[in-house]
Amino acid sequence: MKLEELRHGTELLKKGFAKMQKGGVIMDVTNAKQARIAEEAGAVAVMALHAVPADIRAAGGVARMADPAVILEIMDAVTIPVMAKVRIGHFVEAEILEAIGVDTIDESEVLTPADEKYHIDKLRFTIPFVCGARDLGEALRRINEGAAMIRTKGEAGTGDVKEAVRHMRAIMGTIRELRGKTDEELLRVARDIDAPFELVKETAEMQRLPVVNFAAGGIATPADAALMMKMGADGVFVGSGVFKAESPEKMAKAIVEAVNNYDRPEILAEISKGLGGAMKGLDTHTLSEGETLQTRGW
Amino acid sequence: MRVGIIAIQGSVEEHVKAAERALSERGGGEAVLVKHAGIIPSCDAIILPGGESTTIGRLMHREGIADEIKSAAKGDVPILGTCAGLILLARYGDKQVEQTNQFLLELMNIHITRNAFGRQRESFETPLKIPVIGEKAFNAIFIRAPAITKVEKNVEILAKCNGYIVAAKQDKLVALAFHPELTRDTRLHNFFFDLV
Repeated sequence: MKLEELRHGTELLKKGFAKMQKGGVIMDVTNAKQARIAEEAGAVAVMALHAVPADIRAAGGVARMADPAVILEIMDAVTIPVMAKVRIGHFVEAEILEAIGVDTIDESEVLTPADEKYHIDKLRFTIPFVCGARDLGEALRRINEGAAMIRTKGEAGTGDVKEAVRHMRAIMGTIRELRGKTDEELLRVARDIDAPFELVKETAEMQRLPVVNFAAGGIATPADAALMMKMGADGVFVGSGVFKAESPEKMAKAIVEAVNNYDRPEILAEISKGLGGAMKGLDTHTLSEGETLQTRGW
Repeated sequence: MRVGIIAIQGSVEEHVKAAERALSERGGGEAVLVKHAGIIPSCDAIILPGGESTTIGRLMHREGIADEIKSAAKGDVPILGTCAGLILLARYGDKQVEQTNQFLLELMNIHITRNAFGRQRESFETPLKIPVIGEKAFNAIFIRAPAITKVEKNVEILAKCNGYIVAAKQDKLVALAFHPELTRDTRLHNFFFDLV
């Protein structure tokens, strides 16, 4: 086999990687010990961070990419893929993460945006990106920039699932409305939601996003995770929900099992028993405008 | 023909579509999702999709599907494993498998290594020669792929890439390190269905 025949970083490889995560749970971790707990519980990947979103929210200040040393330590600790976050628009942070070999980059509103006008041009990277979205237009704009995976933004670090529900309903609802529309009508939709026509058309035909679509931002219990799966999510990100719970080991395992059994309430009841307290959380209605993370990015 | 696709996690939907495409070329059949115990005994063939082998292995065991697959294999039901599925079919794991106490079905006499080619950055696609499906190369998609390092008795090597064995067959068990379900080429699925 000649080496030049091996093609790296193609769209098929990036989107294909995301497909291998479907039906799984991706957990935020801040050190090697937490990463091992996540892997042991059955997580399909971990997101390496310097602090979970609830702590980032509490700390205030500028939130940036995690220390590469911490990310590398997590990569060494587990055999599952490791993702890490960069600030919106901060392509140098992304280049750094690609250089150390993380498996996926999350261009995330949880960190303080570095560019108020442009998201990263994700097509020029070899590794896949996941990006947050609140509605179909935002999701398709990110896909157009090269995102291989979409997640709802929700409201990270709150343990309040209502924003993730709102965003998933918005995305899935708009996709359902596209059914049966003619090309002229889809052109109009593309203009209204500020998304490329080709992607709107592809979404209408497939009746789903053209890439993997996870739920994120406020998922704190097995029931929350199952709810998002029922609404059509391909999988779930759990940020603060695991390691802010009273018993992270139990909560992590329970959320993984809930995603696999989301359509079986009797089993969900068993899974939900005796887990100890979920994260305390924060009702998103008590947040003032400047405190919401979901409005970062566009 | 009734094909059971293990639907715990990973490229399940893609395998359903690929199986349906291949089945329609050969006069029909159905693909059914296997999420829980009780479905495997009625299947004529089983597919273990790509995904995270640690996760699939753990849940397959917890759900009681693993034992059903083992008895199906004893009853000569063909089983195809792609990527994570190849790892699960293996009898002999590597250090990573030991380190994570990973569950294996231990059905094929193969030694495997996980993430043989590296991390996602090193994932690749390449035209692969697989003589049993014909002259034309298959567009093989390797995603954080495992590979077979050594085979024991009764295992036929179907393809090699970069010094590793990436496709193998033992009686009615077929293991592939790459993802035929991500392409529209149905030759490997048809090759597998011929074993039924």
